Amino acid sequence: MDLSAINPVLLVASLMVAATPLLLAAIGELVVERSGVLNLGVEGMMITGAIAGFAISVETGSPYVGILAAAIAGAGLSFLFAFLTQFALANQVASGLALTLFGLGLSALMGQGYVGIRPPEMARLDIPVLSDLPVIGPILFSHDPVLYLGLALTAGVWGFLKFTRGGLILRAVGENHDAAHALGYSVIRVRVLAILFGGACAGVGGAYISLIRVPQWTEGMTAGIGWIALALVVFASWKPWRALLGAYLFGGINVLQLNLQAAGVAIPVEYLAMSPYLITILVLVIMSADKSGAPASLGRSFHASQ
Amino acid sequence: MIILEKRPEPSRLLSISTPVFAVIVTMIAGGLLFAALGKNPVEAIRTIFWDPLFGEYAFYYRPQLLVKGAPLVLIAIGLSLGFRAGIWNIGAEGQYIMGAICGAAAGLAFYPSESILIFPLMVIAGALGGWAWAMIPALLKVRFGTNEILVSLMLVYVAEQLLASMSLGLLKNPQGFGFPGSRNIAEWNAANSWIAQDYGMHWGVVAALIAVIMAYVLLNRHILGFNIRLTGEARRAARFAGVNPTRLILFCLGTSGMLAGLAGLFEVSGPSGQVSIDFNVGYGFTAIIVAFLGRLHPVGILLAGLLMALTYIGGDIAESQMGLPSSAIQVFQGMLLFFLLALDLLTNFRVKFASKGTA
Repeated sequence: MDLSAINPVLLVASLMVAATPLLLAAIGELVVERSGVLNLGVEGMMITGAIAGFAISVETGSPYVGILAAAIAGAGLSFLFAFLTQFALANQVASGLALTLFGLGLSALMGQGYVGIRPPEMARLDIPVLSDLPVIGPILFSHDPVLYLGLALTAGVWGFLKFTRGGLILRAVGENHDAAHALGYSVIRVRVLAILFGGACAGVGGAYISLIRVPQWTEGMTAGIGWIALALVVFASWKPWRALLGAYLFGGINVLQLNLQAAGVAIPVEYLAMSPYLITILVLVIMSADKSGAPASLGRSFHASQ
Repeated sequence: MIILEKRPEPSRLLSISTPVFAVIVTMIAGGLLFAALGKNPVEAIRTIFWDPLFGEYAFYYRPQLLVKGAPLVLIAIGLSLGFRAGIWNIGAEGQYIMGAICGAAAGLAFYPSESILIFPLMVIAGALGGWAWAMIPALLKVRFGTNEILVSLMLVYVAEQLLASMSLGLLKNPQGFGFPGSRNIAEWNAANSWIAQDYGMHWGVVAALIAVIMAYVLLNRHILGFNIRLTGEARRAARFAGVNPTRLILFCLGTSGMLAGLAGLFEVSGPSGQVSIDFNVGYGFTAIIVAFLGRLHPVGILLAGLLMALTYIGGDIAESQMGLPSSAIQVFQGMLLFFLLALDLLTNFRVKFASKGTA
């Protein structure tokens, strides 16, 4: 075992890469849950985004078009969820599970011809002086654009929820949909838009895995990241910056366990590989004592007649 | 303009018939999907739903219906109890794996004994393994209020890693020439779960039928079943009536874990035969569809389990004969749940057409 082989600067840089899919999916789901909807289909939307982004990138040769396609695919799948829960008033837990099961199957079907192909690469940021700085350069100034998009999205969602009228309406719908309805806001429209945003974010998060982090396509490659993103929203107490903190924490754990595997620590690979999931459970237990941050209408269906 | 009017009570007739409608709509949508994949849709649907039952080689496929249906029904019965009470165990796949590992380990510890006690011991160990794995989310929920959906699901990934570790390490066949996987339990007389292999009969089938009957009696004739139903339909009323939510959570999660564990054990000691890295094929997740398709009702689940088993078998045939990708069946099963949930609208609401402005 050789722990000195682990380079701290590279560790932080790769931690940010590992955290980005989680962050994207969690920020999207955070907005959805703040509007009072629990979408358990994150995993399904992520994996669909992963293959849609991958396939379109390979076909068009442009990773940017691929990322866009992933956002559309994720939003498209989430529209099914929106239809079921907002118009057909189906149970949100069951609909979310349906989305995940369907997404896993659909992605496997779509991905048949794409196993073992390398996707076109996305250029990394390269600012002449800044990117060459020691330590700070690799950590802050030489990532791919989507990573910065994730950070920008976090700031954007935070600003939107805190400072804008739209954010206030979204929160009102999530806290008390009857009151919001009485004030004349369209609960269903707000929620559908939130769900679509969440789907697009999850799709991009999935494509980040297949296009940048891994980068190749294998069946079921999201391996529970969508579910961890759901746990992350609880961890974050539904606050964007804490979602960022949580994503980097989980990204760090994942990168560390991969590095430990590579360094040949005496712990068997399987036990290292299960650590992110165990830590997720641990975090959920710690955070579940305080539910004050949860939107009051979370998971409840709205119908104007009731 | 279309408006929805909530029915005072869900329509019973529609509640029973929507699963049938959902299957028909899924067949149509599935046909379109198969056509999009360049296969003859009519032939594909016939291969999936007709050939396993009445085709030329049906004698070979019919026993498979029991083999694949039993674990689905067994797991779905357990899940349905919790689902009725709003307790969401979606980690049945993990409990299934743990049941298989614990049951197989308990038996293999005594290899190659031919004692008649081996199989009962394995059954108990399997049930306990699944039960214990489900008690983790149950206890965390009861003690800390942790979300059981996420915890039970995370434990699936943990169980999969444990399974990999076991089949490469502790439970690896010492005479297996280094190949991963345990000894073949199905070839060990004292431990295999077959009753009549030619007919697809194994103890899992018996257990599934017993579970259906027990669940029916529990839900219709026992106060505990009444409490489960009451909690699901009116949580506050249940609290006032003195239902103890803690005990309900422990019971529902524990029972579903135990049944999933049993399903895993019967699978590993019969049809699958050994503990190996990929012996689990997602029954724990498909059982969620089965539970909903069966309307969370024991008899409905029995029928839904057989139908889902049929899609597995038919999917295999369509894969080998028509080159239909195996994931197409997964999409098909997912679509079924979608259509079911969408059509449920009609059960709970009346759709009315009104001229604009009256709403």
